Amino acid sequence: MIQLTINGQPQQFEAPINVTQLIDHLALHGKRIAIERNGEIIPRSQFSEQILAHGDQLEIVVAVGGG
Amino acid sequence: MDNLIIAGKTYTSRLLVGTGKYKDFGETRVAIEASGAEIITVAIRRTNIGQNSGEPNLLDVLPPSQYTLLPNTAGCYTVEDAVRTLRLARELLDGHSLVKLEVLGDPKTLYPNMVETIKAAEILIKENFQVMVYTSDDPIIAKQLEEMGCVAVMPLASLIGSGMGILNPWNLQIIIDNAKIPVMVDAGVGTASDATIAMELGCDGVLMNTAIAAARNPVLMASAMRKAVESGREAYLAGRMAKKLYSASPSSPTEGVIASSDTATTKTAPGKSSDCPH
Repeated sequence: MIQLTINGQPQQFEAPINVTQLIDHLALHGKRIAIERNGEIIPRSQFSEQILAHGDQLEIVVAVGGG
Repeated sequence: MDNLIIAGKTYTSRLLVGTGKYKDFGETRVAIEASGAEIITVAIRRTNIGQNSGEPNLLDVLPPSQYTLLPNTAGCYTVEDAVRTLRLARELLDGHSLVKLEVLGDPKTLYPNMVETIKAAEILIKENFQVMVYTSDDPIIAKQLEEMGCVAVMPLASLIGSGMGILNPWNLQIIIDNAKIPVMVDAGVGTASDATIAMELGCDGVLMNTAIAAARNPVLMASAMRKAVESGREAYLAGRMAKKLYSASPSSPTEGVIASSDTATTKTAPGKSSDCPH
């Protein structure tokens, strides 16, 4: 069991997963998003390679209306 | 052609608009089309997790292929948050490096914290971002931001979202006179005449959001702002006449006026004379 904090909310997962699997799990597949892991950007090209670890802090963002 | 050039890229519109506070994406799209803006600001926020997965995305309505998106750091009060937000924005927008930096100092006035803004600008410029920077209207700070390598300085006209117009045209004038990079008024424009005044002062552009989005008819106001910015720019380029205090100068010939001027001078306004006791 691992715990990730996603946009400030803790979530538990049965086993370690990679970023692509996380995106599918969160129903964000195909969305224009950017992801930061523990303060570092995860380039889209590395989504399948990066395996998330217990305690990781993730920020997943989108563009919204703003001035 | 009289174009706006920012970081080597040419734009025909000098009106930059925000995409916040609209009723829905439909209104956002139509208002932005009416404004004629080519550069539009967007904010970067956490996505909703596990809710509204079918929700439309702003970038579907305003595609990066059609507009130059200017991600901002609105709501950031620290160097770290501002820098992280723009790194995420660059990843989100496929390496796009033109950004709007603002580091706020106070939630009540949203006044920029210039000490923190300068620190954030230093980091971002080192990381090859092209930084358009929201600043107080301090001419010395504005010059420092230029010398650091910011690609545009954007002093406030008045507080963000206040619609109070241009409160210190004299400071803006000093900033404009000193700058070799584009100067945009950002924040405080309330109505079309404010945008015109900014352009008449010699600003290279105007950035606004609430003045359009919070108008009773945002689409019509967007059109008004487009004309106001163009109008002010043309007036600036045309060069206004000199002001002549206490010295009128008729526009029509003084010679050849028909000879009944004596009656005109003795005529009194109706109503005035009857109030006068004889």
